[in-house]
Amino acid sequence: MSFPAILVLEDGTIIEGIGFGVKELSVGEIVFNTSMSGYQEIITDPSYAKQIIAFTHPHIGNTGINDEDNESDSIHASGIVIKDLPDHFSNWRATQSLNSFLESKKTIGISNIDTRALTTRLRDNGSLKACIAPGDKDSLSIAQDALKKFSGLEGLDLAKEVSTQNSFSWDEGTWPNYEEVKNEKLIVAIDFGVKKNILRLLRKHVGKVQVVNAEICFDELMQFKPDGVFLSNGPGDPEPCIYAIELIQRLLDINMPIFGICLGHQLLALSGGCKTYKMKFGHHGANHPVQDIASKVVYITSQNHGFAVDFSSLPKNIEPTHISLFDQSLQGIAFKDKPAFSFQGHPEASPGPHELEELFIKFNLMIDKNA
Amino acid sequence: MPKRSDIQSVLIIGAGPIIIGQACEFDYSGAQACKALKAEGFRVILVNSNPATIMTDPLLADATYIEPIHWKSIEKIIDKERPDALLPTMGGQTGLNTALTLAKEGVLKKYNVELIGASREAIDKAEDRELFDKTMKGIGIETPRSGIAHSMEEALTVQEGFGFPCIIRPSFTLGGSGGGVAYNIQEFKEICEKGLDLSPTTELLIDESLLGWKEYELEVVRDKNDNCIIICSIENLDPMGVHTGDSITVAPAQTLTDKEYQILRDQSFKILREIGVETGGSNVQFGINPENGRVVVIEMNPRVSRSSALASKATGFPIAKVAALLSVGFTLDELQNDITNGLTPASFEPSIDYIVTKIPKFAFEKFPQADDRLTTQMKSVGEVMGIGRTFQESLQKALQSLEEDLHGFETILDNSSNQNETLRYQLTFPGSRRILYVAEAIRLGWDADQINQLTGMDFWFLHQIIDLIDEENILQDTKLQEIGFDKMLKLKQKGFADKRIAELTRSTSQDVRNLRKRLGVIPVFKRVDTCAAEFATETAYMYSAYEGECESRPTSNKKVIVLGSGPNRIGQGIEFDYCCVHASFALQEEGYESIMINCNPETVSTDFDTSNRLYFEPITEEKVLDIIDIEKPEGVIIQFGGQTPLKLSEALLSNNVTILGTDVDAIDRSEDRERFQSLAHQLNLKQPPNSTVKNLKEAIEVSEEIGFPIVVRPSYVLGGRAMELVHTQVELDKYLKEAVEVSDQKPILLDGYLTDAIEVDVDVISDGSDIEIGGILQHIEQAGIHSGDSACSLPPYSLSQKVIKEIENQSKKIAEELNVIGLMNIQFAVQDENVFIIEVNPRASRTVPFISKCLGESLVKFATKTMVGKTLKDIGFSNELPKNYFFVKEAVLPFDKFPAVDPILGPEMKSTGEVMGIGSSFGEAYAKAQRAANKIFPDSGLAFISVKESDKKYLPNLLPLLLEQGFSLIATKGTADSIKVLGYDAEIINKVTEGRPHIVDELLNDRVNLLINTTEGRQSIEDSASIRRTALQNKLFCVTTIFGAFALLEAMSTNSDNWMYNSLQEIN
Repeated sequence: MSFPAILVLEDGTIIEGIGFGVKELSVGEIVFNTSMSGYQEIITDPSYAKQIIAFTHPHIGNTGINDEDNESDSIHASGIVIKDLPDHFSNWRATQSLNSFLESKKTIGISNIDTRALTTRLRDNGSLKACIAPGDKDSLSIAQDALKKFSGLEGLDLAKEVSTQNSFSWDEGTWPNYEEVKNEKLIVAIDFGVKKNILRLLRKHVGKVQVVNAEICFDELMQFKPDGVFLSNGPGDPEPCIYAIELIQRLLDINMPIFGICLGHQLLALSGGCKTYKMKFGHHGANHPVQDIASKVVYITSQNHGFAVDFSSLPKNIEPTHISLFDQSLQGIAFKDKPAFSFQGHPEASPGPHELEELFIKFNLMIDKNA
Repeated sequence: MPKRSDIQSVLIIGAGPIIIGQACEFDYSGAQACKALKAEGFRVILVNSNPATIMTDPLLADATYIEPIHWKSIEKIIDKERPDALLPTMGGQTGLNTALTLAKEGVLKKYNVELIGASREAIDKAEDRELFDKTMKGIGIETPRSGIAHSMEEALTVQEGFGFPCIIRPSFTLGGSGGGVAYNIQEFKEICEKGLDLSPTTELLIDESLLGWKEYELEVVRDKNDNCIIICSIENLDPMGVHTGDSITVAPAQTLTDKEYQILRDQSFKILREIGVETGGSNVQFGINPENGRVVVIEMNPRVSRSSALASKATGFPIAKVAALLSVGFTLDELQNDITNGLTPASFEPSIDYIVTKIPKFAFEKFPQADDRLTTQMKSVGEVMGIGRTFQESLQKALQSLEEDLHGFETILDNSSNQNETLRYQLTFPGSRRILYVAEAIRLGWDADQINQLTGMDFWFLHQIIDLIDEENILQDTKLQEIGFDKMLKLKQKGFADKRIAELTRSTSQDVRNLRKRLGVIPVFKRVDTCAAEFATETAYMYSAYEGECESRPTSNKKVIVLGSGPNRIGQGIEFDYCCVHASFALQEEGYESIMINCNPETVSTDFDTSNRLYFEPITEEKVLDIIDIEKPEGVIIQFGGQTPLKLSEALLSNNVTILGTDVDAIDRSEDRERFQSLAHQLNLKQPPNSTVKNLKEAIEVSEEIGFPIVVRPSYVLGGRAMELVHTQVELDKYLKEAVEVSDQKPILLDGYLTDAIEVDVDVISDGSDIEIGGILQHIEQAGIHSGDSACSLPPYSLSQKVIKEIENQSKKIAEELNVIGLMNIQFAVQDENVFIIEVNPRASRTVPFISKCLGESLVKFATKTMVGKTLKDIGFSNELPKNYFFVKEAVLPFDKFPAVDPILGPEMKSTGEVMGIGSSFGEAYAKAQRAANKIFPDSGLAFISVKESDKKYLPNLLPLLLEQGFSLIATKGTADSIKVLGYDAEIINKVTEGRPHIVDELLNDRVNLLINTTEGRQSIEDSASIRRTALQNKLFCVTTIFGAFALLEAMSTNSDNWMYNSLQEIN
């Protein structure tokens, strides 16, 4: 179940550890995540495609894996790096161990790593390309070759890779009662790598949900006769997603109510003429303070993004609504002349704080107002 | 809009003396609040009766009142100072209750004082069980099924609803005092009766039993804009049924998924909003059914608590400081996170990348009659915290920090035949060493299921401990030399102490250390930074770990390490933390970098901004040497942390570490009996006759020479542990056979007891050439009562000038002979103008903070400066006391927490804390000290007199005073006869052994107002114990020494309406 493994970074660092999960080499951009709970949701979040997640909390795996908390049906992260994998898990909902879940989802993990030292390095030098490889230092050259072949995330359109191939309807509310709103509204959620909890919250607060492929065309989308369109989170760089940006521009033209989260937020901003950039090491955690610019209220938010919308690029018709109190980066926008707004962090939480669930209610009200 | 401009002055109420349930965490919170508000320009008025606190240092507030925390006293202070606002949330339950009383008595309205931080309504909603329950129901949050009762009948009706076991908790009591779990109707009635009595509102909450449920606490902070954040989640290793204060706890929570954790987080905010905590910190406690995840809220505290102190130290987020600033109008986003040097705002939730384990410390050895099982009533007296990169490391560090001769999971089970039965009992009914018994069960091959069933501890934690024991089992079959780099690193990462590895491999800790260093397995130091390294920090708050990167980054400044005093316990408490903190301040004033090592999360010394650098580590040889290795200080100070650092002196010396101040040999000269005897002899000082014996025969021979009564005790103990006064050969015999073990290795000390002697404590300060007296304290209780339990007066109230001069001379002689640099404490006994020397301690004593408060400046500051080469002249030391004042220190005892214990004073120290009374006469100061100790004395009525034979000679003086004060007398036959002989009248009442109605009946009938009950000899003490216990339970004032009775009569003669209230700033 465990095997020797190495973690190799593009700056030449080589760290020996203990491998777990599937014994297969994997590369990705390594980022650190400071959430103390919710590893199950994090590793199943499609936004982590092509990324290796280093958890700062030392014990990961304590509560095993249960059947209710997955954010997608597979693990999208390229691998995980942790300090300690406990031999036993304990929780009344658990059905299997983290290790066996990784094995079944063909993902590699590495433990016994000084993740604090690693975090310091990523904080100071920015995100790096990394490789987890089974074996000891003899496997180094294989790992380095793999690393060389990996071009990084910039310019990479990963959304269409993780998006659903078939359109489907979603009808489950949120855990634990799976509450649903009773109305006839229909939301089309464009899947750039959507988390299930977003769909659950749309179902709970807005209406029926139809999930569609990222590359859906305008006419096809309109055939659903949506009352609003939701732009999901997702992995990678937003700039190459020209197909999505063009679609959103057409939706804006017809005053379609739009709500975007994370990558969806970046795509909405790009559609409105803003620019995006790659951040040094991004935001990955569940403790980020974000301020509502108008009300001054501070929300603790869940965050997971490596790209951001450039504050200075906002055109006159788009107003900033939220900023990060960690680094003053832009966290939310609203169109002054259109029924469209978006948020950089994760109001759907899962994992993380729930206080921004109100954005889903806001979306619902916006649709009502627009009708 | 930040700071409120309509408030200029704020009154802060402290928590008073250290008691079980309220320890130095409220010095930490109060000190932070004072500093923060003063820095913002508010005039801070502080009331706290506890002189051993940093918060009562005159520089921290603008007006510092060391006065009783009683609404009547505080009203006088409010009248004088006219504060705009009162901040009630920093002084624990005491502060909150007192503020509530001030509100109810109309004082706040009368003087137009606004409650900030928590409103009266919010306090009521949170603290009143019925109201709390109703409020929770109103917002759809489940509470345990429960009922409220105001009488026994109501209680019985409620109980019928949900059977046994059930939990009973009285409203408005400290640390759940008076509560308990009842398994049958008889227990139920007993607990209810006591609880109804203890609750100031005669109210009980009776809950369905959640025994075995998982228990969690969340620390929440809220500002006036409704920004809410969680500072820390804490998971109890001990399930529901053991008071949180007595539970081993772990942060952050380890066995909840995010979904489950977020439920607790959401509910916490909902609760704070509904209760109406508008600003500040609160904690919310939850129970979770491990079978199905059902969540119930147990309680919430609308104030800074013990858990907030723990959460602050566990995360680096200064909750008390932030809460104080929020109460005056700031919002979280306007405040900076100090630890990241203001890089980030205070409006975020700390993320921590290490595990913290807290283990409480108990003092059951002091109270052999007490029930030592852990229940819903808190019994621990202190706590330690271990920080590690893994749970195993933090747990083992915490065990090492306890100073109970534990280096890990030492074996404690003897090889008797009924091991399984012992374990079954210990695991089912947890006591203070339950975690060690868990380890023993694992050693005996019990599986996790069995242990979980009995203890209710979560499987996750159990498997972690199983892994440690597996590791130990392997080690036992390993020779030290066989351990290579990988194995050693693994062991150290799991938190094994060198000493424990040595025990298991049958080698010495020095061998392990040498091997470890040869292998290159040395610790690194990681920083506590609130943000899991997401932001860089300059704040040097550190813990050790065995990993790749070291973040210690020691400077090349000149620096000194101060060793702290570890966990609070009886005999070594907050006084020593006060000393360590001042040592650190003084070092900084002298241009040194001060480095603190301590492991007690309740303290000011473990605030990250007290010293330049803080290492949160066990104070053990291994850890201290590791830190010295990396820091390379000029020297180490061991004088201020009580016995804890002294124990390391030899190890430090043998590793060529410079110890600053008095030479270590002086400690040995004063602690080693024979060397001390020759010292006294050489200086021509009188000692009570004494001897050291190594067996029973010797003891009998020697006792004849010395003559009875004799004080007996084992050598090398602190706080008078197992010390007893014996009056006859038979008693001595019994003591040596039953109470202690005597052998060549464990000799017993015999001291002639000086009957009716007055005891005196002296603190001396010296720079090596100049020697000055810090203060001379005259004890009120006669010699034979432990000095820590005696009340005492500065200046002395009845010693002659001649005796005082003699004491000064002798003190200086000793200091000169021992070449003291820094502080020394001496205890004398004065009998008929003769001065005897009892004990010398060449270190700071527990009276140092008290004297410092009287002098207006800290003795420690001066002492520390002499230790780094300053002379007393250089630094302008003066021992001049303010004129026309008396200062009285009174001990505070925990008897109300241990109902089975005889509340009598003796040679073994039992007090947990102290208070100070200040007056223009001795009587006034003593009276205020009594009120501060919450001992409310009568001024007339019926006085029960029962004095021992040797005290009868005082009756001619005592009786007229009592009668004059307005008391009539009641006594048992013997004493009544003596009274009649003197020409006074006394009602006669049976002793308990003489048939009914007897004295206890009269006490229960509320006929008696005052008891003067002095007694001696084991048998008499046992016979009369029920009198004192009944008095205590019925809150009757009971004096157990004759000198105490005289002092009390002086106190009664003062009129509390005329007591003066002067701040320290006015006095000095």
